[in-house]
Amino acid sequence: MNIIETHALTKRYGATSALTDCTLAIPEGRMVALVGPNGAGKSTLLNLVVGLATPTSGGVTVLGGAPAGSLAALDGVAFVAQDTPLYRSYSARDMIRLTRDLNRGFDEAYALGRLRDLDIEPGRQVGKLSGGQRAQLALTLALARRPRLLVLDEPTAALDPIARHDFMASVMTAMAVDGVSVLFSSHGLAELERVTDYLVLISHGVVRIEGAVEDLLAGHCLLTGPVELAPGAGWQTIQATHGGAQQHLLVRAPDGASVAAAGFSARPVNLEELAMAYLREAGAATRPASLEPIR
Amino acid sequence: MLIDKEESEGGRRSSPIAFTLDPGSGVPTYLQLVQQVEQALRLGYLRPGDQLPKLREVVADLAINPNTVMKAYRDLEGKGLTAGRPGQGTFVQAGVQQADLAGVTRLRRSLTSWFSDAAETGLDEDGMVALFSSALRDFYERRGGAAQVERAARGARGGAA
Repeated sequence: MNIIETHALTKRYGATSALTDCTLAIPEGRMVALVGPNGAGKSTLLNLVVGLATPTSGGVTVLGGAPAGSLAALDGVAFVAQDTPLYRSYSARDMIRLTRDLNRGFDEAYALGRLRDLDIEPGRQVGKLSGGQRAQLALTLALARRPRLLVLDEPTAALDPIARHDFMASVMTAMAVDGVSVLFSSHGLAELERVTDYLVLISHGVVRIEGAVEDLLAGHCLLTGPVELAPGAGWQTIQATHGGAQQHLLVRAPDGASVAAAGFSARPVNLEELAMAYLREAGAATRPASLEPIR
Repeated sequence: MLIDKEESEGGRRSSPIAFTLDPGSGVPTYLQLVQQVEQALRLGYLRPGDQLPKLREVVADLAINPNTVMKAYRDLEGKGLTAGRPGQGTFVQAGVQQADLAGVTRLRRSLTSWFSDAAETGLDEDGMVALFSSALRDFYERRGGAAQVERAARGARGGAA
């Protein structure tokens, strides 16, 4: 089952294209990282997935076919917005009651249990909680709705390293214990490899590359060889670094490829290198062909 | 953190070992977990019948993707080192061979004589490490690496030769 599917999804605000012709089929049970620079269209895509925005054209379904924003979708999808909006004058307990009253199917016992595990005093005012605790409370409110898909917009951007680690541990535990699928946006790359197993990389509103991390890493490598050499036909150079005599090429292998080119040595790439190469390629955008989504 | 009650109250862990990650190593996360189990078996921290850390413990401790942990545990099972028991966890197999001390001593002796040979030939320490690593990699690649990139790497090197 696909937890998220989009078909030629496009969103324009006036003359500005926020997202163009985005087609995805993301299987359930994944931790999907939506990566790209600021203004790339990440929040637009998230808002379309949770039903807070409507497409200009194309379509998006969640949970194996429910149109985004439909009742069935709303019941199974939880969203934590970028600024983790909470009422600062409310207590943590009041936030839980308010969220319970505003939602169908809210597991209050689970929410209170999580506060206990997190050592958050239920009577404490939201405004007096630490940034990490506020993020954990917002996550608790989302998880207590018992979603099948959890959507997080830049969830850890404002957190210190320990709070970030604990927050991601909570998300991963929900995934491990309750089988929740997760879609989160981030402009950081460094910690990606340990948390994510599915990457969607987007810039200027266009998906540059997407797929299971394992497949992406197996399908790319870094070739090192003399400058006059070119890799074989079908090999696509994503990023090239030249010296006077030597060149390094981050390349995408054609399907089923086994041989790049004589004279090159090859090594595997990690996710950070891969993402960086695609972001640079998109940033340069020297060739019109590079604006085509790569799948 | 969301840990089940018994664990958090008793502070009791399911396994003799705990995982740690080296973010700078460049080794994929799942492989680091596999290697730590293999190393714990070699060093005797883990013995047949012992339990590996539970999925939720690993995930909560390291904040890593549960699919990564499951991949590591599948890999260990595939190697015949561990077996999953439904509803209980993953355990070290009964027949797992622990390090054979006599064998290790013999190998060490033959390596030492290789070192003196290499030194006489003119290799320094870094040279020996480079040669050893490269020969070891070739050895395992000839035995058949699964990843496409490894095939590509081999192909490129083969073409160069």
